[in-house]
Amino acid sequence: MTSILFALPEITVALAAMALLLIGAFRGDKAGGLVTSAAVVSLLAAAALVALGRESGVALYGMFAVDDYRRFVKVMLLIAAAGSLVLAPVFFGGQKSGLKPEYPVLVMLATLGMMLMISAHDWIALYVALELQNLGLYVLTAFQREEKRSSEAGLKYFMLSAFSSAIMLFGLSLLYGFAGGTGFDVMAHTLAQGQAMPIGLVVGLVFVMAGFALKVSAAPFHMWTPDVYEGAPLPVTAFLAAAPKIAALALLAVVLGVPLIAAASVWQPVLMALAVASMALGSFAGLLQKNIKRLMAYSAIANVGTMLVGLAALDPVAGGMSVEGLQGVLIYLAVYFVATLGVFGVVAGLRQGEALVESVDDLAGLSQAHPWLSLVLAAMLFSLAGVPPLAGFFGKYFVLLAAVKAGLWPLALIGVLASVVAAGYYLRIVKIMYFDKGSGSVLTSPRSYAHNCGLALATLFVVLFVLWPSPVIEGAHQAVERLLVP
Amino acid sequence: MMGNLFTIGLGHYLALAGMLFVVGLMGVVMNRRNVIVWLMSIELMLLAATLNLVAFSHFGGGIAGQAFAMIVLTVAAAESAIGLAILVVAFRQRGEIAVSGLSDLKG
Repeated sequence: MTSILFALPEITVALAAMALLLIGAFRGDKAGGLVTSAAVVSLLAAAALVALGRESGVALYGMFAVDDYRRFVKVMLLIAAAGSLVLAPVFFGGQKSGLKPEYPVLVMLATLGMMLMISAHDWIALYVALELQNLGLYVLTAFQREEKRSSEAGLKYFMLSAFSSAIMLFGLSLLYGFAGGTGFDVMAHTLAQGQAMPIGLVVGLVFVMAGFALKVSAAPFHMWTPDVYEGAPLPVTAFLAAAPKIAALALLAVVLGVPLIAAASVWQPVLMALAVASMALGSFAGLLQKNIKRLMAYSAIANVGTMLVGLAALDPVAGGMSVEGLQGVLIYLAVYFVATLGVFGVVAGLRQGEALVESVDDLAGLSQAHPWLSLVLAAMLFSLAGVPPLAGFFGKYFVLLAAVKAGLWPLALIGVLASVVAAGYYLRIVKIMYFDKGSGSVLTSPRSYAHNCGLALATLFVVLFVLWPSPVIEGAHQAVERLLVP
Repeated sequence: MMGNLFTIGLGHYLALAGMLFVVGLMGVVMNRRNVIVWLMSIELMLLAATLNLVAFSHFGGGIAGQAFAMIVLTVAAAESAIGLAILVVAFRQRGEIAVSGLSDLKG
């Protein structure tokens, strides 16, 4: 296999995005639906290409790595991106501007950036991939140009994200100076020689972690998250809640677990502080929210905090990053993105008269108007709350178990308490949906066939995960073992 | 590394880059008036990182640092283009670009 074929899925996505951009340019705004369907198909085709890959190695002059871990995460990412695209026609169809063909193309380009992030094996590749992702996401957030809130969200996201990229880049330049090369291998090799760590390396590492913390919206770097989630158009919020979290957390795990593992004494306390702050803030501040998108933003902060606990777990014997911890994080990511997309999928279709449903209180009476839909939403929310037979429980179980095994039981305890508090706001939605009287105006829910299929698949995954969990659990275990155990 | 204070060495470049970075950081943190100033401060931070890369490359880091610096310059240009485009959209709707005016979204 020649090296360029390692990047076949990425090349597929890039070429498909450019071809669809041309179709959009020639056929105009009418082509929105066609381009969106084609984009979903090409993302799923790329996921199949990734899943069919068997060989592992480093390609493209040491910039690009492929192995089981990368494949596992990329499949999740591509499914998440396709799933969030499925919500777009219903949502934008109800808007004045309609569904523009640029929208799916931008989603594909941002997804391409995330795929390259996951495969990064060099600081240069990491930076460029991260920026490709960011440039797509800035435009997507500000996509509804006629909406004041969307452009404000886009501007805020741009300002804080560009700021964090600059901080991260400064950190990367220090890491490069320390190692004398930009490759992950060079970094690992230099660190493994076991000299005392110079102050420049520590500063660089902390800056890089601050940049990552802002990307995954870990407290205290979360301040953009609620505003951007609320202001962005709903399908974009769904995309933002699922795909970049998968890519950034997976990349953070690679960066800390492979090239920087010898500096674990520096990054482990930072991760623990971020985890505790995120879990506490996400769980408590979420209780006060009335807007569904804002509430999901705090839910994201709390969930990311729990996942950081898994990354902070170190193997007590071997000293490396704990295999169980990272396996738990992958399982958590899988069940989290499905449930989050499910929640947004239900809300994306709902209208109250002409207006979009945005407030939690608007969901009152949903169970009478749409019993199936409210059942789906209830399943997703119970899963996010971590109620046992549903998928969400397993994510929390594996992450917190790994933390206890690694001796981080105070963090695990905080994780359990935070999920109990967070369950409060998930269950409040269920209560409003089933027991509160509606305001009288009818909730309508126009949905496409693909939208219904997506919701059905997500519900089946969340409910039946307990019966057949081995593909995800075993797959995650194998993937992580290949990455962390040389 | 510093040796003689007046012989320009790696330490001088790192100190200059560090100062530039702090100026940019302060520009972002203390600025409440104008989004353009924010953009300029971020640009300053990126330039500080670029200076670091080139200095490290010159003092024994190999050629990769210079390649990285070129890439950073291009990415920074793309980023400002998109940032200014979003800024224009926001300006059309609100008629101002003050950072403190971005207050429609609040929890």
